[in-house]
Amino acid sequence: MKNWPLWEVFVRSKNGLEHRHFGSLHAADAEMALENARDVYTRRNEGVSIWVVESKNITASNPENGGELFEPAQDKVYRHPTFYDLPDEVKHM
Amino acid sequence: MMKNENLVHYIYGIADNALILGQRLSELCGHGPSLETDIALTNMALDLLGQTRSYYQYAAALLGDGKTEDDIAYLRIERQYKNVLLVEQPNKHFGYVIARQFFYDVFHLLLLQELQNSKDETLSAIAKKGIKEVSYHQRFSSDWIKRLGDGTEESRKKVQEAIDDLWKFTDELFHMTEDDKLVFEAQIGVDVTALKQTYYQRVKEILDEATLSIPEIKWFQKGGKQGIHSEHMGYLLADLQYMQRAYPNMKW
Amino acid sequence: MSEKEIKNLEEIFEQRIARDEKIEPKDWMPEKYRKTHIRQISQHAHSEIVGMLPEGNWITRAPSLRRKVALLAKVQDEAGHGLYLYSACETLGISRDELYEQLHTGKAKYSSIFNYPTITWADIGAIGWLVDGAAIINQVPLCSTSYGPYARAMIRVCKEESFHQRQGYEIMIKLANGSPEQKEMAQDALNRWWWPSLMMLGPTDAESVHTEQSMKWKLKRKTNDELRQQFIDQTVPQADLIGLTVPDPELKWNEERGHYDFGEIDWDEFWQVVKGHGPCNKERLSARVNAWEEGEWVRDAAMAYAKKQEDKKLKKAI
Repeated sequence: MKNWPLWEVFVRSKNGLEHRHFGSLHAADAEMALENARDVYTRRNEGVSIWVVESKNITASNPENGGELFEPAQDKVYRHPTFYDLPDEVKHM
Repeated sequence: MMKNENLVHYIYGIADNALILGQRLSELCGHGPSLETDIALTNMALDLLGQTRSYYQYAAALLGDGKTEDDIAYLRIERQYKNVLLVEQPNKHFGYVIARQFFYDVFHLLLLQELQNSKDETLSAIAKKGIKEVSYHQRFSSDWIKRLGDGTEESRKKVQEAIDDLWKFTDELFHMTEDDKLVFEAQIGVDVTALKQTYYQRVKEILDEATLSIPEIKWFQKGGKQGIHSEHMGYLLADLQYMQRAYPNMKW
Repeated sequence: MSEKEIKNLEEIFEQRIARDEKIEPKDWMPEKYRKTHIRQISQHAHSEIVGMLPEGNWITRAPSLRRKVALLAKVQDEAGHGLYLYSACETLGISRDELYEQLHTGKAKYSSIFNYPTITWADIGAIGWLVDGAAIINQVPLCSTSYGPYARAMIRVCKEESFHQRQGYEIMIKLANGSPEQKEMAQDALNRWWWPSLMMLGPTDAESVHTEQSMKWKLKRKTNDELRQQFIDQTVPQADLIGLTVPDPELKWNEERGHYDFGEIDWDEFWQVVKGHGPCNKERLSARVNAWEEGEWVRDAAMAYAKKQEDKKLKKAI
């Protein structure tokens, strides 16, 4: 029969932080994926919340399109605060 | 009137279950049906052995004769172990592992939920910590009972076989020894007979959901709590005690 | 793609690695890079899983409760490490089942050291101290290897592994400071595990076939012989400290080199074990195959149950 599908595991290390990709594992269903994730990735008290997503449900960008996807953002310097000149007297803004 | 000795025996009763079940689970380490399941079973073994140590350390303190947790774990003779017959049953196949775990977890959680109200602060604290662990065990084993029961034809057959075989050991969980009674009267121990109805109700709910049937068995086995064990126990202890017996009075 | 285009891509690829850029799963990579990584990462994963067996052999017999839980946690970590590594390997387009298949049919290799038996409790100490010690020397440089998922898995592995070697050495300290029987047990374990641990760092540079390419891809940062020297230099003083004798009469500090000189390794033994004729090759493999085959009905049940639940949910939605 078919083998257990692959799941991606995201763990929030503590409240206030975002969920971060920790790794993957195999499980037959979402419930088992959560339980397995708890046992595999939080054995040393590494998390307070877990998300699991079946890997096949993730749509990833193609690195070959990296140029068109990400490079146009490189010259939009006006999105960054350092683009704007302020008088030195204004210490924090 | 409860004596120190009664309390120590009472603690053995609970702790030996954890030790022996932990020992059975640790036999499986490296041999599970999947890597993920292997890790999960080992986690439960670690929880149980952790609880065992807390109980034995407390018992050793009560004894006050210089004995350690290891003396208690390793240097008693078979008749002095007070665990129920259920937990010493072998890992015949994964169905047995799960059924044994499930039957014990449901009881274990009910027991600890009562024990946390014990007048004895140490036991109450151990119980409170254990509740979190055992709630997870019960969730894990219940989920697997459902998966195996309502999975394939083969898995249903196998887990039903385990349930039919192990059912006869469930009644002993609710048996009160003389020690148990005295410790209960001192408001330290739990009256396990009062847990029986809830227990079978919970077990039935999960088995129903798993489309498994309740065995129609009227004869139950008991003896473990009096130290009269099954033939499996001697081999389990031979393994467990090997080093301490072969090399007495040494530090490891 | 034309040959010229591939050549061009390969050049860009090698430059990226030379600049210390990481390669990620969906990036273009030469077929040889993919294959080499599948081979090395899976071999590494298999070693973790098979490595559970010799140590698992002593969990039920550990001499104290403290030792029992520590060993259990350690062997469980190895399952975790195997899992991280299989996952990293799967990003290269091969499934865990295929990798198992390669292990079970003997097509894939794992570290030869695990084909030696653990016959006394001291072996558990020796494995932690020597085998994990050698493994750490091998693994730390891999935390900065070029393939992203492998590097990330190794960072996690190394972080968790740090307690393993300490655990092993602590077992040895206790034995070495214990009764005469305990001390003898410790010395005997060191005698049996020393040479296989040296072999574990791989054949000599002259005979190592993959070194040059692996260096380029940062799968290796030092040669086998360099790693071996590092291991010996670091371990001999640890043995001295607890009064155990390294079983090598030619072992001697060389002031000029700043390293220990050591005796000849029996490479015939090494190749014999690699080729499947070690003391426990058969047992290790059959333990893995059994676990997998006996677990099949369990895995199938879980899949069947998941499907039924999914169908029920769908029906409800309609």
